[in-house]
Amino acid sequence: MSKTPEKQPGDPNTTGHSWDGIEEFDNPMPRWWLWTFYATIFWAVIYTILYPAWPLVQSATAGVLGWSSRGLVQQEMVAFEEANAPWNARLVETSLEDIAKDAELQQYAVNSGGAVFRTWCAQCHGSGAQGAPGFPNLLDDAWLWGGTMEDIVYSVSYGIRNEESDDARYSEMPAFGEILEHDEITQVVQYVMSLSNAQTDDAAAQAGKVVFEDNCASCHGEDGTGDVFQGAPNLTDAIWLYGGSEEALTETVTYSRFGVMPNWDTRLTEAQIRAVSAYVHQLGGGQ
Amino acid sequence: MAILDKHKILETNATLLLVFSFLVVTIGGLVQITPLFYLENTIEKVEGMRPYTPLEMAGRDIYIREGCYTCHSQMIRPMRDEVERYGHYSLAAESMYDHPHQWGSKRTGPDLARVGGRYSDQWQVDHLRNPQSVVPESVMPKYGFLEHRKLDGKYIGDTMAANALVGTPYTDEMLKQAQADFLAQADPDSDYDGLLERYGDKVNVRNFDGQAELTEMDALVAYLQMLGTLVDFSTFTPDASR
Repeated sequence: MSKTPEKQPGDPNTTGHSWDGIEEFDNPMPRWWLWTFYATIFWAVIYTILYPAWPLVQSATAGVLGWSSRGLVQQEMVAFEEANAPWNARLVETSLEDIAKDAELQQYAVNSGGAVFRTWCAQCHGSGAQGAPGFPNLLDDAWLWGGTMEDIVYSVSYGIRNEESDDARYSEMPAFGEILEHDEITQVVQYVMSLSNAQTDDAAAQAGKVVFEDNCASCHGEDGTGDVFQGAPNLTDAIWLYGGSEEALTETVTYSRFGVMPNWDTRLTEAQIRAVSAYVHQLGGGQ
Repeated sequence: MAILDKHKILETNATLLLVFSFLVVTIGGLVQITPLFYLENTIEKVEGMRPYTPLEMAGRDIYIREGCYTCHSQMIRPMRDEVERYGHYSLAAESMYDHPHQWGSKRTGPDLARVGGRYSDQWQVDHLRNPQSVVPESVMPKYGFLEHRKLDGKYIGDTMAANALVGTPYTDEMLKQAQADFLAQADPDSDYDGLLERYGDKVNVRNFDGQAELTEMDALVAYLQMLGTLVDFSTFTPDASR
């Protein structure tokens, strides 16, 4: 058993607590610590007076500063809206073709539109607008529904084939698996591949030409260059939304595709839609 | 001081210490939690909230099962950057039929409180199947297996009954028709009038994943496409004092 240490001269007093013979020195807290502690208690009381705190019968005390997180966000939104208001007004008033001619306005449109794009569009069209299988690349000059400012603004506003907007762009390619024979699909796929000079089975492609003229030309055009009024893609440019391999094209012809884009007129303001359209238009392919 | 001296009685009697500790924690809990039940402005009145449809409920179960909440929050905080990015800040009323809520506390991925309608069904399916195919920067795992796991909604009524037990206002009719409604929502060729009558005209009725069978993919996409779209914000005036 260890020996109980003897009290040395100069040791502080003990607290008087004794547990199985073990005693505790009564060292005072450092003065600075103690006063900081009192100050925090004081501040806590002040805080509950200034800010929302105590629950009462109907609601909690509001605090004399009148602060609220909702009020703060509202204030900030309004402040930024007001700061941008003159620009947004100019953006909405200027005709679509003239936005790019006004260098200052174009700069505002492209920068604010870029922010809109990265927030709302990048998930499908890619953070660099490069697209993904099934989601169009916006950097090239191939446009399904037209690449003028007016066309882009319309597509962004009302979207494509969605159920929410009555003005959404709409067209539907039939699933030719239910219409054509298996051989005919193989042939027309070969023909479509030949349009963009891909390696093909020439005999099949020749036979596919007839199938194409009977079934596809009404939308994609006699020469297969497509029709932006019905969103029918150009088949001669070797730019493929769902892939240009024999396998991918066979799937497209057999089951058809039905790409959907949401309408943004209910989520974005007119100025935001014009800004993001200006951004997309200047990426490289704008007409 | 006399009362402080008495403290020794507590410190030397373990059972008594336990009883008094419990008392202190109880008072603390009551002070913090009780006001939420009686303060009238805890959950504000909004228009449009409805209980989840059977298919959405199944999707929500999958969301929880796969642990989506560990990387995705469902809580847009009232801050400008969040409101600009995700939409109107979340309201307490929007979680009132969530047992448990999916607010989450970590955002490895983006907040999903208002993801409904933001992307097409096809994007959701492509993205769940292989997130990197549409968002190359993404670190999200692949969930393609969901489209191979078929669902028939046989037990979804039981899940709904359990939710009804803790306060979700499912009517007897809703519980009775649970499986029928479950199947109808994913089949636009079915007779889904009853579903719309029970849950409102805004319910999405589509073949969500594009394949013939009804799978977990349908259920999850149905749930995601509904998130944050229920409240009618045109009739909502925020009470700034909250």
